[in-house]
Amino acid sequence: MTTKFTPDHEYLRVEGSIGTVGITPYAQEALGDIVFVELPEVGKVLKKGDEAAVVESVKAASEIYAPVSGTVTEVNTTLSGEPGLINSDPEAGGWIYKIEIADAGEIDGLLDSDAYAQLTL
Amino acid sequence: MSMNNQGRPTGTGTSSYAASSGSALLPNEPLLFEIGDTEHSGVDLPEVEISLDRLGGFERKTSLDLAGLTEPEAMRHYVRLSRLNHSIDSGMYPLGSCTMKHNPRLNEKMARLPGFSDIHPLQPVSTVQGALELMEELSHWLMTLTNTAAVALTPKAGAHGELLGMMAIKAAQDAAGQSHRKIVLVPESAHGTNPATAAFLGYAVRPIPARADGTVDVQAVKEALSPEVAAIMLTNPNTCGLFEPQVIEIAEAVHAAGAFFYCDGANFNAIMGVVRPGDLGIDAMHINLHKTFSTPHGGGGPGAGPVVLSEALAPFAPVPFLRKGENGLELVEHNEGTALGRVTAFQGQMGMYVRALTYMLSHGGDGLAQAAQDAVLNANYIKARLSHAFSVPFNDYPTMHEALFDDSFLDGTGVTTLDFAKALIDEGFHPMTMYFPLVVHGAMLIEPTESESKQTLDRFCDVMEELAADAKAGNKDRFTAAPVKAPRRRLDETRAARSPVLRWERPVDTLKAAE
Amino acid sequence: MRYLPHSEAERAEMLGVIGAANIDALFSAVPARALKSFDLGLPAHSPEFLVEAHMKALAAKNHAGADGPFFIGAGAYRHHVPATVDHLIQRSEFLTAYTPYQPEISQGTLQMLFEFQTQVAKITGMDVANASLYDGSTGTAEAVLMARRLTRRNKIVLSGGLHPHYRDVVKAYLKDDADLECLSASPEGQGDILDHIDEQTAAIVVQTPDFYGHLRNIKTAADAAHAKGALLIVVITEVVSLGLLEAPGALGADIVVAEGQSIGNALNFGGPYLGLMATRKEFIRQMPGRLCGETVDAEGQRGFVLTLSTREQHIRREKATSNICTNSGLCALAFSIHMALLGEAGFKRLARLNHANACKLADALAGVEGVEVLNKSFFNEMTIRTPLPAAALVERLAARGILAGVPVSRVEPTDASVADLIVLAATELTTGSDIAALCAALAEELQ
Repeated sequence: MTTKFTPDHEYLRVEGSIGTVGITPYAQEALGDIVFVELPEVGKVLKKGDEAAVVESVKAASEIYAPVSGTVTEVNTTLSGEPGLINSDPEAGGWIYKIEIADAGEIDGLLDSDAYAQLTL
Repeated sequence: MSMNNQGRPTGTGTSSYAASSGSALLPNEPLLFEIGDTEHSGVDLPEVEISLDRLGGFERKTSLDLAGLTEPEAMRHYVRLSRLNHSIDSGMYPLGSCTMKHNPRLNEKMARLPGFSDIHPLQPVSTVQGALELMEELSHWLMTLTNTAAVALTPKAGAHGELLGMMAIKAAQDAAGQSHRKIVLVPESAHGTNPATAAFLGYAVRPIPARADGTVDVQAVKEALSPEVAAIMLTNPNTCGLFEPQVIEIAEAVHAAGAFFYCDGANFNAIMGVVRPGDLGIDAMHINLHKTFSTPHGGGGPGAGPVVLSEALAPFAPVPFLRKGENGLELVEHNEGTALGRVTAFQGQMGMYVRALTYMLSHGGDGLAQAAQDAVLNANYIKARLSHAFSVPFNDYPTMHEALFDDSFLDGTGVTTLDFAKALIDEGFHPMTMYFPLVVHGAMLIEPTESESKQTLDRFCDVMEELAADAKAGNKDRFTAAPVKAPRRRLDETRAARSPVLRWERPVDTLKAAE
Repeated sequence: MRYLPHSEAERAEMLGVIGAANIDALFSAVPARALKSFDLGLPAHSPEFLVEAHMKALAAKNHAGADGPFFIGAGAYRHHVPATVDHLIQRSEFLTAYTPYQPEISQGTLQMLFEFQTQVAKITGMDVANASLYDGSTGTAEAVLMARRLTRRNKIVLSGGLHPHYRDVVKAYLKDDADLECLSASPEGQGDILDHIDEQTAAIVVQTPDFYGHLRNIKTAADAAHAKGALLIVVITEVVSLGLLEAPGALGADIVVAEGQSIGNALNFGGPYLGLMATRKEFIRQMPGRLCGETVDAEGQRGFVLTLSTREQHIRREKATSNICTNSGLCALAFSIHMALLGEAGFKRLARLNHANACKLADALAGVEGVEVLNKSFFNEMTIRTPLPAAALVERLAARGILAGVPVSRVEPTDASVADLIVLAATELTTGSDIAALCAALAEELQ
């Protein structure tokens, strides 16, 4: 299992051919209290960089882009009732959707945790 | 992920200041539904018998459950509510980009003359010649102040005017076989309405970066221009409070590329009577009558957003518009070769036209220019007085009608722009515009307008300096707890948005009791 | 100049503090050729009494509603507004406040909006209402766009009974849109809109009472739309009708748009007016316009804030859901105060009075030789057919001091079949002698 990051503050946790996407602790801190999450539809085919979801805080709405191309296999429906999970537990309970990764080669183009940490210094 | 707004601190603060309870002057007013009931009424109307024969079986069977108040109850309810509001009449309201100037009461009195307020939009035009003359006269003032060829009065607000102006541009380009132009250039510092309007009409929005001095990068505009570009939407003076020094060069480049120049006129108050936008090469510009020409803001509207148009766009104005005919003024209400159509049911915001023209006639051309100059003088005075204690992001040019600061003077204090603004409430001032424009970190945008006296400006600056000193001295609690003297402490916006309660519901135990 | 506080000495002193030689120095960024390079040729500033005289002279050239018998409706209605309403909306704290972005010092406006939203939701029978839009016509266009977002379908069908100007506004908003079907005028209450609903339809738009005054069957329209997965948008231009007619929410409407001018707001020659919009709870996030919500402050006291504002353009920019920015706050306040004064009892009485007067008008018109009343059903408005072209007839009646209604040709100039029709309305202000004067004049003109 490896976790990779985008410069846009999404994380992608890779387990086999499935990636779990959410936003980083840094991003949730910057956004403030999340009040609403618009989830993608299961089965939706995404290209890397496509808008996959929207998270809204009180003062901002932010698109969540697909870190890699693939098909949405599962979404975190718990967020509909408890969007605050993204704040309290962004990397576990606050995951947003899972994607069947179409091209594993794209993973290499993402940031590793050190590179991402540098970015958010 | 994109962050299209800077993350603002939310939450409600944690201080232990004493609770503000209701008192005679700061009432805790119950909701109308908690005071009234369905039997009380403050309007005496006869009870008439009707037959249901002509209602087609559609008469109401469900209950309305609408609370009513007698007149004294209503008077007290709304007067008590009003006391919970800050207003221009009660104190300085330096909201940048909003032009909160004095609202003369002559405007209100004139708007209520029955000859203006009690006429119907579809009366025969022969019976409303005075109203049409008024619209003609207002048009003359707007076109003269902007040096433009035409004006479309009807838009209901600034954003609506923007929409109309961009629709006119689209119509003109469609008519010229230029429908392939699908890109609109929008500087990063623009009002959010600009990209929203362009996107609404199906244009792709291409952002233009700002230069380090806060103005639009002319070179970047030139590089972005292409045969696919339909228009640029530029605010001038811009949202950083600066006059774009190369605006004429930008206009010339835009026109040379076959595109149009839409100017956001939200900041026209800085230049009315002093600079004519038509001389700068604009093709369309909306004018917020509720900002520049003092028709009241009314707690969020109604506004009015007439759009002036250049010669090239004039044929694409929407209906209705005025035309001189044999028997006086005529109202052209249907398309006669123009391509745009109608953007609102009737003639637009007549009530606002009356107020704006009253304001213009009161000031005269000389008074309007003086007002613009005083607005600019006031903003520069604030900037000069506060520049040592606050941080000025852009200092290459004098500011126009608003002074912009960033939050770097608060570095290390633990106080945010939001906290600072809330502390201003406790000192009796409405906060400035915060976190806008987005190109500046923790922006504080202060627009005093021409209505503030030197005495008030000095008191405001004294308070600002004192607050800045206190923040730097480490008295963080004063800021994070603020406001403590307002009718409410900070409100929990997260709770409001996570589980929205958007209407009053009868409490459940009352329902049970009624059963 | 009475509105400008500075003396010349103060201006000079301030320029000194700034370090500017003169006021022109502050405009140094303006290209020289554009700065005060002109003579405006506009009149100079003027004392209050002269401005007032000028405006009064313009106002005096207009025939005001109170100047004679008045029967014009067609989307704007002449009702009585209690004196209390106009007094209260001129309270400084309401009149000269901005949008309530600082809730701690805007609870007056916010609580009022919360009450307003509740009133609108109740009269329309819907779950939620927003804090107002510009007017009914732009609200209709916004509702159409909202239905497209909700259904992810494109086809929109507008009933032939929809106010022609509302139709035109929708057309302008959806320029060059092949998926917009506008059915032809239906002055007799006819119409086959239900046959136009298919699996691509996002919404049908039905007005009731319709432009010609007929009451439309909302339940049937809702069922037909829902059967194909489409939405029903109900448009109401005369909101007083809701005191007597069933709430569209109870009949299956998905979005209700209304012009709220009738309650609390004067005719004003067309504006400012008040767009009402209400919908189902599950559609809130696609509803345009501001919303006020209840919450608590740091000490647990009830308070109100603008909420769900991330839908709005000042935050979402090119992702915004609509063009609405400013609302009609003060008109909403006027509506809310008038509605609070009426209460349920008064609102129902007002509606009945309107209908009763309209019945008298219809009966009297039917008695005029040559005049045919087209409506079997109506609330306070109806259409008549006359043996003469309607526009000229209305003009001649106006010359006699009677504002007799709207010739349909004024709003449908290209449809010859409606050239002999007039739409007339009665309200609580219509008197028996007004009706008698109209019918007598009409009879004379038609002789």
